[in-house]
Amino acid sequence: MMWRIGLFLFVLAALPARAEEVVLGLSRDKVAITANFDGSDILVFGAVKREEPIPEGPPLEVVVTISGPSQPVLVRRKERRFGIWINTDSVILGAAPSFYAVATSGPFGEVLTNVEDLRQRVSVERAIRSVGAATGTEGVQDFADAVIRIRRNEGLYRIEENAVAVDEQTLFRTAIDMPANLTEGMYAARILLTRGGRVVSQYETAIDVRKVGLERWLFNLSREQPLLYGLMSLAIAIIAGWGASAAFRVLRER
Amino acid sequence: MQIYLPIAEVSVNAFLLLGLGGMVGMLSGMFGVGGGFLMTPLLFFIGIPPPVAVATGANQIVASSISAVLAHLRRKTVDLRMGTVLLAGGLIGAALGVLIFNYLKSLGQVDLLVRLCYVVFLGIIGSMMFAESLRALRRARHGGGVPRRKKHTWVHKMPLKMRFRTAGMYISVIPPVMIGLAVGVLTAVMGVGGGFIMVPAMIYILGMPTKVVVGTSLFQIIFVTAFTTLLHATTNYTVDIALAVLLLIGGVIGAQFGTTIGLRLKAEQLRILLAVLVLAVCGKLALDLLLQPAELYSIASAGNG
Repeated sequence: MMWRIGLFLFVLAALPARAEEVVLGLSRDKVAITANFDGSDILVFGAVKREEPIPEGPPLEVVVTISGPSQPVLVRRKERRFGIWINTDSVILGAAPSFYAVATSGPFGEVLTNVEDLRQRVSVERAIRSVGAATGTEGVQDFADAVIRIRRNEGLYRIEENAVAVDEQTLFRTAIDMPANLTEGMYAARILLTRGGRVVSQYETAIDVRKVGLERWLFNLSREQPLLYGLMSLAIAIIAGWGASAAFRVLRER
Repeated sequence: MQIYLPIAEVSVNAFLLLGLGGMVGMLSGMFGVGGGFLMTPLLFFIGIPPPVAVATGANQIVASSISAVLAHLRRKTVDLRMGTVLLAGGLIGAALGVLIFNYLKSLGQVDLLVRLCYVVFLGIIGSMMFAESLRALRRARHGGGVPRRKKHTWVHKMPLKMRFRTAGMYISVIPPVMIGLAVGVLTAVMGVGGGFIMVPAMIYILGMPTKVVVGTSLFQIIFVTAFTTLLHATTNYTVDIALAVLLLIGGVIGAQFGTTIGLRLKAEQLRILLAVLVLAVCGKLALDLLLQPAELYSIASAGNG
């Protein structure tokens, strides 16, 4: 008995001195891209576990982020040459998530200080790193801004303030809407608990987004057996062309 | 009903694609053209990435050409020998075209090249057709046409002559191979069958009888577009089967309605309509190049860029 209590105390001591922790639920931890996929709503909900009464001071705020797989992106800029607009400069940005959504329980500036944002890379501007932009083109920031602007317009990057509901400083929930043009990969869901703009606890989990069924099969086939895939598309075309000709001849002869 | 296209990686409305296929199919039935030159730009407009639109367009033309060639074979209006000669040039041209396409893709200029080709060729063909049909309309009104005599041009002075039975010609194989080559490059780069260039070239440069021209050009288009589809599928992975199937279904049905409508309209009226359509597509594409775009930046994935 004694050794058990001892172990328990030891474990408690080993844990970082964190008074509040996140217990999280997701409405789904897998998103399947099927043939009729047209976006998905993910419900993120959870509770704050604590061993002691709710601390005094500023209320608990919650920040939820979901980010798609980060990939380097090539950004091109058009310029007018010979009277027409053509791509001239390009910059490779080190890492930009294919999807990035932030939901907060209050105005962004109030739930997270600038310093914490810098450290945790929460806001869209911070989540994109232009490290590795070695092309030597001036104004790399312009290109990074362009990525944010384009993806924001496509609904791939978004920030939703006051979208997380927090009850009694304990229960929280939010719904994040994922668009139809998702790329596949592991998406990271991150929950930050803040007080007075400082992060007091965070929790991370993964959401698996992938093509399934026919979509998966076709995509794999096109990459792994391109010749077979090409022949298959030709076969479909030939059959369709021949079939149509034959079918309508029968119809006409009637 | 939204459908997610596995290769294009966009979600589009299935009925929009069926309708698009149907509309282009109807036009191709009405005017006797492959319709690729309209299909590919229309796919750009609805947001399909240009490389996918070009490769899938080629696949779709295979189907519509087969459907049409079968009809021509029954009427014996295909010169298989001439078709084979054109084809030899066409296959070399298609391989060259895919090389050019991939090189420009690595430079980030493929969109520009494809659009520029469209503007130039649609502009030329559209205005030529428009002028020609206006003249024909005027002539029809005044009555009486001028029958044209076969002329002997530089084409008839080249070596390597060959006899073409169905077409009733005895000419050098060099000009047909060159024409096939040029059209093959266009097929690969623009995702079109090239019939709208091939047909005038065969009539005006080779002096082939008009009745065998369409069938023969369609015959060789089947093989060149099939070859292009394979090349795009194996080098760029940009053929989208789901997209192709939807376009095919619409196209095949539309073509049959188009043929019926086409039979009711006069040839000159048809050609003017087609010319206006071609010029409209050309104008839209040209404006995109000439006017300052709303967004100067574009994103390509660094992986294949």
